[in-house]
Amino acid sequence: MKRVTMQVNQKQVAVDVEPRTLLVELLREKLQLTGTHVGCDTSHCGACVVHVNGKSVKSCTMLAVEAEGTSVTTIEGLAHKGTLHPMQESFHRHHALQCGFCTPGMIMSAVELVETRPLADEHETREWLEGNFCRCTGYHNIVKAILSCRDTMREKSA
Amino acid sequence: MKPNASQDSRMVGDALPRREDRRFVTGAGRYVDDLVLPDQAYAVLVRSPHAHATIRAISTETAKASPGVLGVFTGQDVAADKVGGIPCGWLVKSKDGTNMVEPPHPMLVLDRVRCVGDQVAVVVAESKAAAREAAMLVEVDYDILPAVASIQAALSDGAQTVWDQAKNNVCFDWDLGDKTAVKAAMNRAHKVVELTVRQNRLIPNAIEPRAALGHYDAANDHYTLYTTSQNPHLIRLLMAAFVLGIPEHRLRVVAPDVGGGFGSKIYHYAEEAIVTWASKKVGRPVKWTAERSESFMSDAHGRDTVMKAHLAVDKDGTFLGLCVHNLANMGAYLSTFGPSIPTYLSATLMAGCYTTPAIYVEVKAVFTNTVPVDAYRGAGRPEAAYLLERLVDKAAKELGMDRLEIRRRNFIREFPYKTPVALEYDTGNYDATLDLALSVGDYNGYAARREASKSRGKLRGIGFSTYVEACGIAPSALVGQLGARAGLYEAATVRVHPTGSVSVFTGSHSHGQGHETTFAQLVAGHLGVPFDNVDVVHGDTDRIPFGMGTYGSRSLSVGGSALVKAADKIIAKGKTIAAHLLQVAETDVEWHCGEFRVRGTAQKKTLGEVAFAAYVPHNYPIDKIEPGLEETAFYDPKNFTFPAGCHLCEVEVDPETGVVEVVNLVAADDVGVIVNPLVVDGQLHGGLVQGIGQALYEEAVYDEDSGQLLTGSYLNYGMPRASDVPSFKVGTHATVCAHNPIGSKGVGEVGAIGCPPAVMNAILDALAPLGVTDLSMPATPEKVWRAITAAKTAQ
Repeated sequence: MKRVTMQVNQKQVAVDVEPRTLLVELLREKLQLTGTHVGCDTSHCGACVVHVNGKSVKSCTMLAVEAEGTSVTTIEGLAHKGTLHPMQESFHRHHALQCGFCTPGMIMSAVELVETRPLADEHETREWLEGNFCRCTGYHNIVKAILSCRDTMREKSA
Repeated sequence: MKPNASQDSRMVGDALPRREDRRFVTGAGRYVDDLVLPDQAYAVLVRSPHAHATIRAISTETAKASPGVLGVFTGQDVAADKVGGIPCGWLVKSKDGTNMVEPPHPMLVLDRVRCVGDQVAVVVAESKAAAREAAMLVEVDYDILPAVASIQAALSDGAQTVWDQAKNNVCFDWDLGDKTAVKAAMNRAHKVVELTVRQNRLIPNAIEPRAALGHYDAANDHYTLYTTSQNPHLIRLLMAAFVLGIPEHRLRVVAPDVGGGFGSKIYHYAEEAIVTWASKKVGRPVKWTAERSESFMSDAHGRDTVMKAHLAVDKDGTFLGLCVHNLANMGAYLSTFGPSIPTYLSATLMAGCYTTPAIYVEVKAVFTNTVPVDAYRGAGRPEAAYLLERLVDKAAKELGMDRLEIRRRNFIREFPYKTPVALEYDTGNYDATLDLALSVGDYNGYAARREASKSRGKLRGIGFSTYVEACGIAPSALVGQLGARAGLYEAATVRVHPTGSVSVFTGSHSHGQGHETTFAQLVAGHLGVPFDNVDVVHGDTDRIPFGMGTYGSRSLSVGGSALVKAADKIIAKGKTIAAHLLQVAETDVEWHCGEFRVRGTAQKKTLGEVAFAAYVPHNYPIDKIEPGLEETAFYDPKNFTFPAGCHLCEVEVDPETGVVEVVNLVAADDVGVIVNPLVVDGQLHGGLVQGIGQALYEEAVYDEDSGQLLTGSYLNYGMPRASDVPSFKVGTHATVCAHNPIGSKGVGEVGAIGCPPAVMNAILDALAPLGVTDLSMPATPEKVWRAITAAKTAQ
């Protein structure tokens, strides 16, 4: 067992894990943050995307011990005091989710996109989502929601 | 029956964003794998690495001694407990009247594995990691047998048999229609157009892998199963009655938030029974969650048929007769509804939206050493639509006719229309959806777009499909005659609380479809109560009277109709109460948008006042009716519903690389009355991408010799990504379903049904100038490039 310490959703945590424990296992099983999902075993589906130090990361592909000392944000940490993040709000308004299983990873990826590439167009948005599978929505409304959120955030910062 | 106009038009038809979204966008959804019961143990299955082998021996001793292991069980333990097999829910009879060959489908295989992924043992341990490690220590001694991995291999001379009782690997040899009439049509035809098409085998790939958590409570002799199911009541019935022999009332099945289904979570799977049974064995709750690689080799697959068709046409393009020979892969076992897919859900759709007067369909179903095949989004109807729409295009080409003209020449225009293959279409307007597709898709501008593509070195093509499908399979009495071993009604309860708020209990299950919103809209509108005062409960056999679940696009048309029926009973009872309270005759009371009004006066009682009186019956017609305001209804539809439409697709093909890009996709569909346009569009979009997936990317491939699944992960199975597909243009034109109270037809599958033939017809149109006349799905760059190269060589 190895003790890892990190910030998760702005709370300091210290957890004993086996060295082979994946970050997603730590989140889901040790911290009961079950909003982060596991949809595959080959790092393709993106249901497990979280932010590590502000960058989107597939938490099934990172060992918990590698996250030592980092700041992790999961889908549970995205809303602020009960107010949804604009991306969460936009997904809701544009019906960008159906079964909801890919949604947390999809939103976390999308947040990094609009934060780092505020000018991303539809083409770039679709390319960005290469690592996030959705089987329900056909991506149409996801792309729409992201572009709409991008516009909202741009207006706010202008 | 005339459809009831909604009592509150602000509800039905409103594009309300879904109320269930809040929990999903904040990570508060509760899926089976998220559940943790006290003292929970973990199961890992030992699966066959071989497609076909005899099990000589299984040694579990080392595994049992592994740290943290609570139990290791094999087929022998299952046999010792006299556990039954996984049942098939549909009996198909062959032409000669004999029953289909229905082999046993054991929970854990005892002596012979028949496909890669077959479950041979289960390890239960303190942790998933401990179970996984111990599973690797279970030693299975296999004697490998030759495998048949495809329809062709299974039917070849001297082929290895999958089941000794299935001669030549044939499960059944069934037919439908008038063979003599079709033969006569062929004889007098101006031309007989011939086409053979293959339906690529697909893997459903709901993003949530299947999972099951079984809990036996010894103190109460009661079982609970949490499972990723589209129909918890069906699982309870099948598992209790056929597999574990548990009294049905001692088993609760819960399907909480479920992460997509697309058909693959309809069926009763061995793992559900295994965890429930193992929980009693080890005295602890037992959870199993599939890894994605397990999903690939244990979820029921879809499609996998080869159809050969002959279409007899007259000089002017009128269809005279159609003959179809269909070979369908059942896999190694019969999944819950497997036999019904190529027969009653596909052969019956061979009229399409055309007046073909004579049709004959033969279906030969075969066993192979592959995962069972069952319904996947569309289930039989995509197969029919694809064959017909490719065939119609080919007929137009051979006759030198316009592709749209030949369709219009043969459209059904008078309803109800009885097809030669056992269905009666109630309503439709195929010209309207075709016209809509042409206008939304700017057909007039196509020639200019083709030229623009050409100037960029791309070949542009346009393709159409004008399809019809059948949803809400029913009525029960009919499907019973056809071999279904279940009824196909739906149940619902509407409970008006003393304060007037409403709880709705539905046997339909939502795993993405949005019932918590749309069903609330429906009931709120019908009862004239605010949307926020209506909650929808689903997915729990302890809370809901009964349910047949969600598949075949039946939720709104069947489940929603059950709700309307229950709400109508509420209104009827409310009238009696209101009449008593208002001291008038019941015939003088009129229901109007949440109020019981006395005809011709200003006197009225609201539904809330009536509800309060029903629960506090101090002044109440107690000699006429009981207190309380709660009604249950079972709705058994009179007929299927028949969504239809036209999909228009434009593609650009790069002749150098064979890469196909879908550049314009229009879906113009008639799904009947729409409750929530936002949800309907979402269903269409999702179906369209699964349709594009089938047409361009997806195929489950088995190695012909070894029977290994070569596309067993996302590394090699072509899941469509956001960058593979365009944004869509969708439009709807409603003709109202004539026989259900909502007027809706169903929307869940139309995208996956209408889209693939439109895409393939577009590619063939693009490649026609090069001399390419045929192409199979998926149209991968390699396949397209080879077709272009072969055509060039031939010229």
